[in-house]
Amino acid sequence: MSLFWRWFWGLVVGVPAAAFVVWGLADNPKLFLTTGMNGLTLAALYFLVASGFTLVFGLMRNVNLAHGSLYLLGAYVGYVVGDRTGSWLMAVAAGFASAALFGLVLQVAVFRFMHGEDLRQTLVTIGLSIMMADILLWIFGGEIYQFDPPRAIYGRTLLPIVEVYPTYRLVLLAMSAAIGVLLWWFLNRTRVGMMIRAGVDDRAMLSAAGVNVQFVFAITFAIGAGLAGFAGVVGGTALSIAPGEDTRYQLASLVVVIVGGMGSVVGAAIGAILIGVAEQFGLAYAPTYSVVFTFVIMALVLAFRPQGILGRRA
Amino acid sequence: MTSLTRRLLWTGVGAAALAAVVAGGAIAQAPAVKIGLLATLEGPFAAGGQDGMRGAELAVKERGGVVAGRKIEIIKASSDAKPDVAVNATRKLVEQDKVDIMVGPLSGSEGIAVKDYSKTQPGITFINGSSGAQATTLQDPSPNFFRFNTEGAQWMVGLGDYAYKTKNYKKMALIAEDYAFPYSQVQGFMTEYCKAGGHVTHKAWVPLGSKDYSSVIAKLPRDVDALLVVLGGADAVNFLTQYEQAGGNKPMVGGSITVDQTVLNFKGKRRESLLGTPSAGPMADSYDGADWKKFVASYKESFKDGFPSPSLFAYVYYINMKATLDGLDAVKGDLSGGQAKYREALKNLKLKTPTGEITLDENRQAIGTTFVTEVAKAADGGFYNKVVKVVPGVNQRLGMSKAEFEKVGLGSRDVPSCP
Amino acid sequence: MSAADWRKAMNAGAGRYAWAGGAAGRRAAARPAAQPSSRGEEAIAGGAAAWARWIARRVRARHLLVLLAVLVYPWVATPFFTFQIGAQALALGLIALSLTFLAGYGGMVSLAQMTVAGIAGYMYAIFATSGTDISLRWPWGLAVVLALVIATICATLIGWFSVRTEGIYTIMITLAIGVAFYYLAQQNYSLFNGFQGFQSVMTPAVAGVELRAPIPFYYLALFWSLAGYFFVSYLLRAPFGVALQGIRDNPRRMSALGFNVTAHRVAAYAVAGVLAAIGGILMVWYNGLVSPGSVGTGWLINILIIAVLGGMRHPIGAFVGAIVFVLLQNFAVDLVGRERFNLLIGGVFLVIVLFSPDGVLGWWTQARQYLRTQLNRGPAAAPTQRRGQ
Repeated sequence: MSLFWRWFWGLVVGVPAAAFVVWGLADNPKLFLTTGMNGLTLAALYFLVASGFTLVFGLMRNVNLAHGSLYLLGAYVGYVVGDRTGSWLMAVAAGFASAALFGLVLQVAVFRFMHGEDLRQTLVTIGLSIMMADILLWIFGGEIYQFDPPRAIYGRTLLPIVEVYPTYRLVLLAMSAAIGVLLWWFLNRTRVGMMIRAGVDDRAMLSAAGVNVQFVFAITFAIGAGLAGFAGVVGGTALSIAPGEDTRYQLASLVVVIVGGMGSVVGAAIGAILIGVAEQFGLAYAPTYSVVFTFVIMALVLAFRPQGILGRRA
Repeated sequence: MTSLTRRLLWTGVGAAALAAVVAGGAIAQAPAVKIGLLATLEGPFAAGGQDGMRGAELAVKERGGVVAGRKIEIIKASSDAKPDVAVNATRKLVEQDKVDIMVGPLSGSEGIAVKDYSKTQPGITFINGSSGAQATTLQDPSPNFFRFNTEGAQWMVGLGDYAYKTKNYKKMALIAEDYAFPYSQVQGFMTEYCKAGGHVTHKAWVPLGSKDYSSVIAKLPRDVDALLVVLGGADAVNFLTQYEQAGGNKPMVGGSITVDQTVLNFKGKRRESLLGTPSAGPMADSYDGADWKKFVASYKESFKDGFPSPSLFAYVYYINMKATLDGLDAVKGDLSGGQAKYREALKNLKLKTPTGEITLDENRQAIGTTFVTEVAKAADGGFYNKVVKVVPGVNQRLGMSKAEFEKVGLGSRDVPSCP
Repeated sequence: MSAADWRKAMNAGAGRYAWAGGAAGRRAAARPAAQPSSRGEEAIAGGAAAWARWIARRVRARHLLVLLAVLVYPWVATPFFTFQIGAQALALGLIALSLTFLAGYGGMVSLAQMTVAGIAGYMYAIFATSGTDISLRWPWGLAVVLALVIATICATLIGWFSVRTEGIYTIMITLAIGVAFYYLAQQNYSLFNGFQGFQSVMTPAVAGVELRAPIPFYYLALFWSLAGYFFVSYLLRAPFGVALQGIRDNPRRMSALGFNVTAHRVAAYAVAGVLAAIGGILMVWYNGLVSPGSVGTGWLINILIIAVLGGMRHPIGAFVGAIVFVLLQNFAVDLVGRERFNLLIGGVFLVIVLFSPDGVLGWWTQARQYLRTQLNRGPAAAPTQRRGQ
């Protein structure tokens, strides 16, 4: 895009946004900043879920529509473990491990044999998500489950202007940032990460270079699924677990990845921030139209940059 | 027991009886009466739907599975709180499985859709499950749709006065789910509350099933005395948790399904904040009427996997099924002539329920008792709703004249309003 | 190069499906999807006699049998079976047909077909008479036309957003758009009446015949289903349809040949949108109501399940899938209990995708080939090459 157009679109989007920020701060600073913080913390949760999704798609071209079900699976397993052992941290670990294991099994037992058939893999994930949702409903019923994290992180913090803010959301934000850094380090500073990045760029060449591609795929799927399970426990602590959460996070991942770009973890972060903030501000200031904001962002991205903000054309 | 197993069981029993008849030459048995039972067994109300079915089964069990010399055959169906699914399930039960009587559905919007369908089937009698929207019997009522439970607005009678006069909440803010049933609940509460002089300065309607209340909480006004919370199931739990964490400390007044057993029993430790919350509904766990205690004991004994105490859904399905069977008893099982005699019997039925007597008004809507309750802790540490006031004879016009009630109008997002 | 020669050239090369990449797909690729019949052109040119010959050549006994069966069906079936099973299957089949057209022949799997149908339903409810105050109570004919036009425009827009990306991306984008519409319908009160939706939507009465009665509604649904089916069959043999299949197989080559790939794709979305819109109006008449639940994720995916279940290789697959789906939906309660319906349908779907990507039609074709092999006395005889269906 030429410099002129960049400035043009920058102004068209930037000026109203800046005007809104100024108005919001003047009108009700507490509401504005609280909503901003809510948006960031929601974005943190969306990032956790979407990063796994984008990794799996970027490398294996597999649109895993069972990603939300992995979230729910991790949440329920984490709940059961946390209930038995009484430790929230064990629950988190169990959530990650169970989803990662399930993802690994899926990749090795099912998707490996459908190499190259993108649509068929996606249809399999759709069937799996329907079945998993029903099985989880069968086992755990329609009731709501709450986690029991340590008191230290579950109270409230005092902050300037916003006054009181739930501590746990800040912890969530910190955790997400830490995971983001960890992911970045993994992708950019380890051998396996290098192979994954190479695979995202050019799968055929990776295979031609002698790398065991199936091994890399398995690791990636396990990590992606594990992230979803981890997010399930962590997100379920903030907002409880119930049937239906899987669809919600699945859709959130979809939108975040469409906006941020496929295969890019940084893109997932940017997309998550945009969508999370837009959703919260929409809910706070124009509740009956909040979904329109999210949709407008998605539509704009699709119209002007279909591969996403940081995505690459396939 | 699945319906298939049940049907096999009844077929086996019927075959044995027939064999006895042939062998002993006794008089022939009357055919079984088929009753369709619809509840939401999927989606956000799945737990409530399961309990509703338990309540209905309890009513059948009380009669030993037989009414007026005819065996009772229950055919179950499930929906997921969507009106089109409920109508499809009802249509299957009525037209394909050929039930004689239809009991259900569970949620408000489904009730309106099933009522519309009932008008196309004049030969079948439809009895409500637990749907509690006002419009079902106030707007375009159907001549063969009977509701033996009081509806959402009736369930809140007495609470408005209690909140204003006894609890001294002069200004309140509302958080409620955005569909027909909460509209009715809010109408029932606010009609009384506004008349007594109270003000509801802020209304926050949230979509059904949303889990994130941070923005709603951020916009709540500071200068209210209490919050009117009409949420159900998962929503209520989330709201309370997030409200407390965001530094909220206002007391709450709950809707009928807000402090129901499903919420008081949730598996976590956040429920301390619920103590002292007033609410109102057609029943109360701690009511010390003899019939009620018998009902609770019977429920606990029959369903080891049920809740510690029957939920609102179990209770309401129970009285509707009981009415169905009592009506059959009154006409001695005679459903001939387009069920005309049966419907007459239902219209004039004085239903004895564990919480008092229920009769029907001219729209076939129940007139019954409402209990105002407060959440208290029992000796064993469990929570229950303690009765603080009993209001008998509540009708659908909430005690007002027809003209007065029509002026207020049916509950909706903006009606009633007293900022 | 004549059109016929060009078509032969196009069909000789990459005739594979993008997704049925396994052994079944390779076998399938040997027979191209829709044989353009140059004799069809002769028929059009040669007048009535040529038409008669063309029909006699193409129409088989089984086609006539099926047609007779669906025409006679309401007179032998109960009203429940006619209305809830038959008519519902036809209406859902029409919506699934739009997906089969887009996905099987255009290579674009769009999960937003039910959204388009829902938009048509909502627009109809808004313009015509219903129990909700928002409805404008205009004459039903006008409401139907407006609903169709608006839904088709929306379908074109959805297409425009989705087509500039490749293959698998389309599923994601259309799902996201579909869900956005669901949330919009659920949250907006001024136009869509939020969670309640529109209740008691009136179905019209034409010449004294109440269209919502089982038999008239069934014939209405049958008429539009047949119209849709024949239209799609014709379109697939017309230059547009053949170009679409070419774009599915190799967009780069088509672009090099001078076809506007994006325009063709968007036009395909528009055509599919018309089909889905008609199906949507039939569904809103069937249900007598429209609510956000009608366009939620469950239904978006159900349409995909229907299309895959029946088989995306031939337009009839959509209707076959719809019949199987509606039967399962209504009678699953007698098999596994209504609460576990989703498990059953998910399981069936998974089995089909894993073992028979061509759905029920694939099994049917394999069964026929097997029978034919047996009839030709021994596995040595090769299955005769049939002309395209």
